Parts: sequence; structure tokens; C-alpha cells
Amino acid sequence: MNSPDISKHPEWETVIGLEVHAQLRTQSKLFCGCSTRFGAEPNCQTCPICTGMPGALPVLNKKAVEFGIRLGLAIGADIHDGSVFARKNYFYPDLPNGYQISQFDKPLCTGGGLFIETPEIERKWIRMTRIHMENDAGKSSHGDDGHSLVDLNRSGVALCEIVSEPDLRSPAEAIAYMKALRSILRYTDVSDGNMEEGSFRCDANVSVRPRGQKTLGTRTELKNINSFRFVGQALNYEIQRHIEVLEAGGSVSQDTRLWDTRKQVSVFMRSKEDAHDYRYFPEPDLLPLGIDSEQIEAIRSTLPELADARALRYQQDFGLPAYDAGVLTADKALAEYFEAGASAIGGSPNKVKTLSNWIMGDVLRRSKDEGLEIARVPLEPGRLVQLIALVDDNVISGKIAKKVFDAIWEEDRAPMEIVEERGWKQVSDSGAIDEVITRILTAHPEEVADYRGGKTKLKGFFVGQVMREMRGQGNPKLVNERLTALLEGSD
Amino acid sequence: MSAPLGTLRASLQDGSTSSLALVEEALQQAEQQAHLNAFISMNPEQALQAARKADSERSEGNLRGPLHGIPVAIKDNLCTRGLRTTCASRFLDNFVPGYDATVVSRLREGGAIIFGKTNCDEFAMGSSNENSAYGPVLNPLDNKRVPGGSSGGSAAVVAAGIVPLSLGSDTGGSVRQPASLCGVVGVKPTYGRVSRNGLVAFGSSLDQVGPFAADVAGAATLLEVIAGADPMDSTCSNRASEPWSERLAVSNQPIRIGLPREYTTDLSSAARTALMGPLEAMDGVELVEVSLPHTAYAIATYYVLASAEASANLARYDGIRYGVRVEEPGLGLEEVYVASRSAGFGDEVKRRIMLGTFALSAGYYDAYYGKAQQARRAIGADFAKAFSEVDLLVSLTSPSTAFELGSRTADPISMYLSDIFTVPASLAGLPAMSLPGLRDDDGLPWGLQVLAPHWQEEAMFRFAGRLEQQVGRIAEGQQ
Repeated sequence: MNSPDISKHPEWETVIGLEVHAQLRTQSKLFCGCSTRFGAEPNCQTCPICTGMPGALPVLNKKAVEFGIRLGLAIGADIHDGSVFARKNYFYPDLPNGYQISQFDKPLCTGGGLFIETPEIERKWIRMTRIHMENDAGKSSHGDDGHSLVDLNRSGVALCEIVSEPDLRSPAEAIAYMKALRSILRYTDVSDGNMEEGSFRCDANVSVRPRGQKTLGTRTELKNINSFRFVGQALNYEIQRHIEVLEAGGSVSQDTRLWDTRKQVSVFMRSKEDAHDYRYFPEPDLLPLGIDSEQIEAIRSTLPELADARALRYQQDFGLPAYDAGVLTADKALAEYFEAGASAIGGSPNKVKTLSNWIMGDVLRRSKDEGLEIARVPLEPGRLVQLIALVDDNVISGKIAKKVFDAIWEEDRAPMEIVEERGWKQVSDSGAIDEVITRILTAHPEEVADYRGGKTKLKGFFVGQVMREMRGQGNPKLVNERLTALLEGSD
Repeated sequence: MSAPLGTLRASLQDGSTSSLALVEEALQQAEQQAHLNAFISMNPEQALQAARKADSERSEGNLRGPLHGIPVAIKDNLCTRGLRTTCASRFLDNFVPGYDATVVSRLREGGAIIFGKTNCDEFAMGSSNENSAYGPVLNPLDNKRVPGGSSGGSAAVVAAGIVPLSLGSDTGGSVRQPASLCGVVGVKPTYGRVSRNGLVAFGSSLDQVGPFAADVAGAATLLEVIAGADPMDSTCSNRASEPWSERLAVSNQPIRIGLPREYTTDLSSAARTALMGPLEAMDGVELVEVSLPHTAYAIATYYVLASAEASANLARYDGIRYGVRVEEPGLGLEEVYVASRSAGFGDEVKRRIMLGTFALSAGYYDAYYGKAQQARRAIGADFAKAFSEVDLLVSLTSPSTAFELGSRTADPISMYLSDIFTVPASLAGLPAMSLPGLRDDDGLPWGLQVLAPHWQEEAMFRFAGRLEQQVGRIAEGQQ
């Protein structure tokens, strides 16, 4: 998913710009009151407006506009008073009006940008061209018998189209951009960014040019690449194709192509000459969108701290390494999980780092194994903190802690309860430890003699024996101390 | 039922008639005058039932509004729940809406009786009612002549005395011009005064629903009931409706009336007399010549903009969800579209879709749509300047009285020119109305158009009331 193929062509430079469609998290559609709930029976969430009945008029959803502004503010874009909706005309059975209501020459937002990070480039600013609002079309499914079915539940759902400048230079950067954008969409609650349900979709414009050339090469547009994996595959394929065409002395034709996920190839859809003439014109059923600075400021005041700022704060306030801060803030839900834990701990840097280790390690591993979103993780951060305290206070050993972690993940109980019930408490009574050590030493006279004869490496063997005898519950520090004392007879 | 609305209301109030009697009489009249071809759909049972309900409510002292128990006819491009709404197009021959247009539900809530759906030009595109898939409407005053269009049926049913009131829609003159040709009152309110929700769109930035009545007071009353804010139409103003009908008390208060030079220069002497006769005879009226210099661009501007909007508005008639679908084995998607739309639309509708599509096409947009928008602003500025000099403008509604059926169908341009005096106010979004003037030598009425600044329906109605009386006095004197 990095850019393996590009490195084979150091003389070519790739240029990528992305158009992302994000579904806004409104309860109702952009121009009517129908529900946007995913997965309903086909055509059950429809009305005269979103089915294009004669005489029906669009009524703008104010919440959607608020989301658009929120996103614009989050990426530092200019928010425009008086943006204009426009009709984009084309015929298709899942487009009931015969036009999409979009924005054309006067979009809601222009400018702004976001930082991306990849292993190769560390940190890079990607400029945004624009954000505009539009409604979604319905969904067509094509049967084998030549008939097609149309579901208009999606028809009219509120979307933001987010267009980047051609600032991306590799598939890895494109993926990093999509992840950063999705993180912002989630942080701001503007979109759930869910690719499986189609609420985060991507088209890519891609071209290559000889390294050092200023002008852009001829681009192709790749449609409908709807997972991070497909974005990487599709872009790599397409870049390779461009380079092969150019190196063979040919020229790239400015086409729109579709990524075939099964065959792993891009397929010709239409040429520039066949491009739709969308005949955009201002939507006469809607007034220009009036937005005053008061409204913008009100929305700005509710903007959450975004990933970048949060990561910086984690480094400053908790002394976390940049790597930890980056991992923990990439996903809003994970950051919130971490912060709930950190506030329970009370901020001591060592303990926070331990919390970070637990989250980056066990929490992420288990949630990934189980395919769980972080928001659905059953283990409350407070319990994780309790678990850490048990280790710190020498109530349990680190090894036992892993068992406790699995138990509290599965059982919804306090860690102390589990420890007590199962007798997992760490033994820190030196008398009890001495008793076990003495038993072990008595049982292994030869090893004791060898040790005392200089084979000090055998220490590990004795530790293992003692710990096994104590079912892992011996305080490791004490076990070590007492073993040394008893073996070397200094007691 | 040739009595004006006020008389009918008085008779309902004093018990000398009932809504049931009115509806029965209207049904009888509709049958006797079926040759006018003014209705496309009716539901007599429903109308009678609504009349009985209105009467029983009245007997309980429960009056819903000024139109309680009054039958009203509705142009067939306004959606009526459960009652077929065809827009006079083959395409929608079987279309029954699941919802009422806002104006229709306001009538129902106000106790009015939805009497039937009137014939019109297909999708409101026409000036003679000859573009209907259901055949032309005949002018009740002379059956060889057209009633005007596109709301020809709505004008005719009031002129013929079948019902006292009706609703039409006016995009470039489609209420005012047929009102003129049929000798009734017709109003195009300020754009945004009346909700367009449920009005099947033709030219969305121009369309307004408007009333027809036998007199100014009746039209004002009907407008009162349908006007006002509607959350279902974003272009509908928040201004509340006003009791215009109660403010018609005639006074001879001095008023400055502008006569646009561009509307009078080419008039025949008969037409000029029809316009100037009543005005010059009025007391307290100062007549001032004004200029609307961009008038010459109005018709071209209108046909570019209205057709451009129509080309998108009519794209939904694709045969996928409702209406005509021509489906033969082997036809692909594109071919189903072409076949369905070819079969469903009439010639004028096709002409305007093609015109509008062309005007919006890449490479032509600036020259046509862009230029037309500029001209539209210039026309609006002309009116603003004129209204800084005068209170209202008055002109003829149409350059001619009712013309003969078939006389202009071969030449679309000559047909388009029937709207030369009505189109500019539509482009500017101004309120304007037509009321009957004097009659020509054939006994056909001229229409007088009163135009007012935005939102000044009150001034428009008040002056129209004075003018109506003056015309009445002259007509009486001539008898």
C-alpha cells in the first residue's frame, strides 16, 4: 500500500488530486425530512421531494449547512456568504429529478488544507480547493435478467464534496490524506466516514510527468475507489499504466475510468469528448445561502480540538513521545478513550505512558482481532486504569495483569474483584517467598552447588522454578532479592 | 352562476342559497357548456360531499373563511391529492398526486370546494390553450376564438359563469392574458407572494399561482386565502397575507399613473382608445409617460430563461417512476427515455426543452443564459426607475382581443408576441393584474393591466377597483 512501483521509476513524478464525497451526519436528507438511516427496506424513506414528484420543491436542511461550515472551519477554509446551489443536469434512473442539486461556481467553502504524514515525508501540507454541498442519487442494482432496480432511500442524502489541490505525490500520500480527512470528519462529528456504508467515497485525478517538469501531465479520473486498500491499488495500477504508455512513446488520453476491484484493473468509462455537458445553472428553487459572521463564530466556538492540536498537547502535558501522541489521536474515539483514562490517573507522566502502552498494545490488538470500533470496546478506560494501579501497587504482577486484562475485557467486572476471586494477588510476604525458595533449593541440590561454584546464569532457572511454584504470583523483585540472599548465604 | 363572489357570499349568508345548490348549479352549467372543453377532470361526488359538509358547518355557525362553501376550479398543473393532475400532457394522463399543492390545501382548509381541474396549455406553455393534449378550450364569448393561455380553462370557466373563482398560474402572462381575452379579472402576485409547492414547475423563477374572478374584489379575496409564507417553498416570502378585499373602498385620492411609452407606440387607434378612454375619464389620476427602455429584449430574455429552467424542470418526466413509459423488448435505457418523452410531450413542450437545453449548453451559456440574466436585471432596473416617478403603471394586457382558433399556431413567434406586455413584469417579479376594459367592435373585451412595485398588491387592487368602476360607468353610458 506504500508506493512500491513508483520507486522503480525515479524519473517520473506522480500528481494526484482527490475528490472525496462525505455523507453528512444529518438525521434527515438535504432537501426533505426523510430519514437517512442506513439499511431500511428499499424506497421506504422517500417522499414527493426525493422521488421527484411533479410540483415538489427542495427545502434546505439547516443542520447540513452547519456541518458544511464546521468542516470548512476545521480545515481553515474561507466560508462564503451567498454561496449558490446549482442544478447539474443528467439523466439516470436513480436521479429522480433529472438533475442533482449541487454547487458550482459559488461553493460554500474555498481554500484551507490539512497536514498529512507518511514514513517517507513526515509532515506535509495539502491544500484544499473547495468544499461544496450536494444531494446524493439513489442506488441502482442491475439484475442478470436485463432489469434494474432503483432504491431511492439514498436519494437526497446530504453530501459534502471535498476537493483537494493536486498536491499529493504518491498513493501513500493519497491514503494518508484520506485518513487525515476522515479523522477531521469524525473529530468534528460532520460525518461518520464509514466506507462500507458509502458515507466516505473517493474519486482520484492522477497524472505523471517527468521529474522536474512544471506543467502537469494529462490526467485520468478514477471513479469510485471506496476503500483505503482500493485507493492504493487503483492509483498504483493507474500510475504504472500512465508510465508505460508514456515510455512507449504514446500519450495518455484524458479519460474517466472505473476501478474494477475484481480484476484489479482500471476500465475505460468515457473519454473527454463524451464527457457530460451538465448544463449547470443556478437552482431557482433555492435562495443564495446567507451565512452571517455571527453564525460562523457560533459554530467555531463548538469546534472540538482536532488531532494535530491534540497530539501536540499530549506531548506537552503528558510527556508522551510523538509516536504515541500520533497513534492515540489518529482516531477521535481512541483519543477520547485515552483521555478518559488519563484523567482517572491524574496525570503522572510515567503512569500515562503505561496507559498509552496498554492502549496502543492490548486495547488496539483486541479491538482489531474482534473487528470492533473503539467506541464499542467493552472495557471502560477507568477499569484499565485500576488494572495499571494494581500492577503499580504490587498487588499483581505484570504477567498476571495480562490475564486480568482479558478477564475484564470479557466480563464487565472490576479488576480487583477478579484478582481476589481467582486468588491472583501477588505474594510480597518475604517469609512465604523464603519458604518456597527453600523448598526449591532443597529439591535441586546439584544446581545449587553449580551456582555457588560460579554458574550464576542458573539464577534464571531458580526464578522460573519459584515463580511456577507460586503460579506467577510472587513479587518478582522480592523473589529476585530473596533468591540472591539465600543462594549466596548472605542472610 | 354569473354573480360575482360578493353576491354569492351574501346569498349564502342570508340563506337564500346553499353550497349544495351552488355546486349543483355549477355541475349543470359545466355539462351545458361541455363544448368549451374547459375541464380535464372532475369529481362531482366529492364536490357535492364537500358542499354538504360546508352547509352543515355553516348551520353550526362554523365558518372556515371568506370562501366557505364556494366552488373553485383549479388549473390542472396544481397537484390535487387523489384527483388526476395531467398538466394537459399525455405524459401525465394517468398521474394522480399523493399530495395537495399548498394553495389547494389552503382552499380546502378555508372551506372552499375544489370543483374540478381546468384545461390549459401543456405544462403551461402557450398563449392560446391550443397546446393541450386534451384539445383546445373555446372562448365562452365567441366559440371560434381562443380563450388565451396558458390558463385558458380557468379563465373560461369564470367567464362562462360555471364557477365564480378559479386558480391559474402565470409564468409570462398565463393568468393575465387569458383573463384579458375572456373578460375576467386575473392576478399575478409578486413573485414569492404565493407558495409554488405543488405547482408543477415550468419556469421556477417566474411561476406564480394567481386567481381569476368576475371582479376585482373576488380576485382579491381569493388571493388573500392562498397567499402567505410556506415552509415548503424556500422562494415564498415570509410576508403574511393581507385583507386586500376589505381595502378596496374607492376614493378619488390623487395618484400618478405611468404609461410606458414602449407599450403604446405601436398600438392601433382602437387599442389606444381602449386604454386611454377609461384612464382619461378618471378623477384624481395624473397620467405620466414613462420609459422602460429594455422592453424590446423582454420576449427573447423570457424565452431563454423560462425554457432553460423548463428543460431541467421537465427532466423528471423520464418514464421511470410515473407517467408514460414506452417499453418494448430490446430498448436500452437511452431509447426508453427518448421513446417515452417523444410519445408523452407535445410539439411546443419539445420545442422549449430543446431551446432551453441549447441555451444552457457548454459554449453557449454565456451568450444565451448569461446574457438573458443580464437583460433580466436591466428590465428590473427599468421598472425600479419608473416606480420612482409614478405610483403604478397601466397598459393593455395583450396587444389584441381574443383571436381565432388556429390563426397563430403556424407561427410560434407571433404567438409569443401575445405576451409582450405581460412578460416584463414576470421577469421583474412584480405584481400585475388584468381587468376587463371596454369592448371592441366585435364585442370582445380588451384587458387593462395594472402593474405595481414589489409587494404593493394593495395599491394595485385599490386602483384596479377604481378603474373597474370607471369602465363600468363608460359601458353603461354606451348602452
